[in-house]
Amino acid sequence: MNPPSPIIDIRGLGYSVSGRPIFANFDMQILPGRVTAIMGPSGTGKTTLLRLITGQVRALSGSIEVAGEDMRTLKRDGLYALRRRMGMLFQNGALLTDLSVFENVAFPLREHTNLPERLIRQLVLIKLQAVGLRGAADLMPAELSGGMSRRVALARAIVMDPEILIYDEPFVGLDPISMGVILRLIRRLNDTLGLTTIVVSHDVLEISSVADQVFLLSGGKVVASGTPQEMRENPTEIVRQFVGGLADGPVPFHYPAKDYYGELMARGEGL
Amino acid sequence: MSVIKELWGNFIDALEGLGAISRFFVRMLVATPGAFLRFDLIVQQIFNSGALSLVIIMLAGLFVGMVLGLQGFTLLQRFGSEESLGIAAAIGLLKELGPVITALLFAGRAGTALASELGLMRATDQLSAMEMMAVDPIKRVVVPRFLGGVIAMPLLAGIFSMIGLYGAQLIGVQIMGVDAGSFWSQMRAGVSFTDINEGLVKSLIFGIACSLIAVYEGYYAVPTAAGVGRATTRTVVTSAVVILFFDYLLTAAFL
Repeated sequence: MNPPSPIIDIRGLGYSVSGRPIFANFDMQILPGRVTAIMGPSGTGKTTLLRLITGQVRALSGSIEVAGEDMRTLKRDGLYALRRRMGMLFQNGALLTDLSVFENVAFPLREHTNLPERLIRQLVLIKLQAVGLRGAADLMPAELSGGMSRRVALARAIVMDPEILIYDEPFVGLDPISMGVILRLIRRLNDTLGLTTIVVSHDVLEISSVADQVFLLSGGKVVASGTPQEMRENPTEIVRQFVGGLADGPVPFHYPAKDYYGELMARGEGL
Repeated sequence: MSVIKELWGNFIDALEGLGAISRFFVRMLVATPGAFLRFDLIVQQIFNSGALSLVIIMLAGLFVGMVLGLQGFTLLQRFGSEESLGIAAAIGLLKELGPVITALLFAGRAGTALASELGLMRATDQLSAMEMMAVDPIKRVVVPRFLGGVIAMPLLAGIFSMIGLYGAQLIGVQIMGVDAGSFWSQMRAGVSFTDINEGLVKSLIFGIACSLIAVYEGYYAVPTAAGVGRATTRTVVTSAVVILFFDYLLTAAFL
């Protein structure tokens, strides 16, 4: 049996920000129906990769295909049509602060559909129940904890029944309980709704417990990929440093600087 | 040489800024007809920009009118024509003070609120989240706020002028003893429709300028605490300069 064709297919991607290359000849294939984790040290372009996949920025070279659509040629209308098939969870939830929890989840429905109020109510309550926050429907975003905000944002991301669900650093700043809740939701939503899930994170242990496939990015390249088990057994130095959380290694502890002794001893200008 | 180079650089920057804000304005104009289909969003913004600015506008209008009454009375008394206080106050308020001071206060109260709100929405990813939900933030967030400001501004200027006239009357007639009959009748006889029209056009254009500057600065604010602060400051400063510059142009055009 042939493996399923990738739902996200990136080939030869090139992208740079103000002359600094972020990706050069970058390849990545993400298969449908799976939880795919994208890990890597901070500043390796993980969030930029998400922005490229979701069409928030355009690739300078190479191709990105998402659900059969070529992101290079997609016009604004096509891009918006594609985005209706995607859900994205931002790092801080990005809830609309002037709307209640209920209205936040109802927002995409109200903007894109003409459903009767009763049906909107039912859909919103079903999604809020799925993330365990039906009781918080009347609260305002300012009254929620960090973990709750992200769960509301998750309910909002799935309210249009997307095919692809993207999480950008979903665990940052969460307590262990909230983290466990989000982890369970990632897996459960992926399996019950038949989604393709992409999680960008650097919480190695946590994400390894739910991911089917892991990509490790460093220096604008995929340096290793495989199942979490394969990643744990990978002997490459960079993988060992990242998975083991070692301070120094191929990713240096020190930001590039001038010679230490020389700089300490130098008579600095203005000193 | 370096001074000339720097000045040239500043000039180019200013031109680029003008180009960017013009493009933004056109983008909003394209989205405007559609925005009227969701009038509830605009009404909410008229409330935010207009109704919430009412107290400061009314208070300022009252005091400006009172000062106008006092100064006008002492000046006109020298020529023995204090009966003309009504028309002097009315022309001053309707054509100049009403639109200009309202616009300056509007930029300070509603403009800064708009800029910081949009800037914070940008900083907290709310605008990106909307784009990811396939909702155009320009249509959903920016245009209703812009139109709310544009509609609210002439209404506020009208209220300012009315309260101002009451203030001038309070000092001139009630306290200084100008004859109420001549105060009002001279005003009725002397103020023509063109005077009211001039004030209306001015306040409408100031409303467009202030709202445009506020939503532009907020929408493109650097998404940090300092960036939002800077956007708010620039809103007030740019608005004030633009209002006074346009006021001169419009006054000259109406002569």
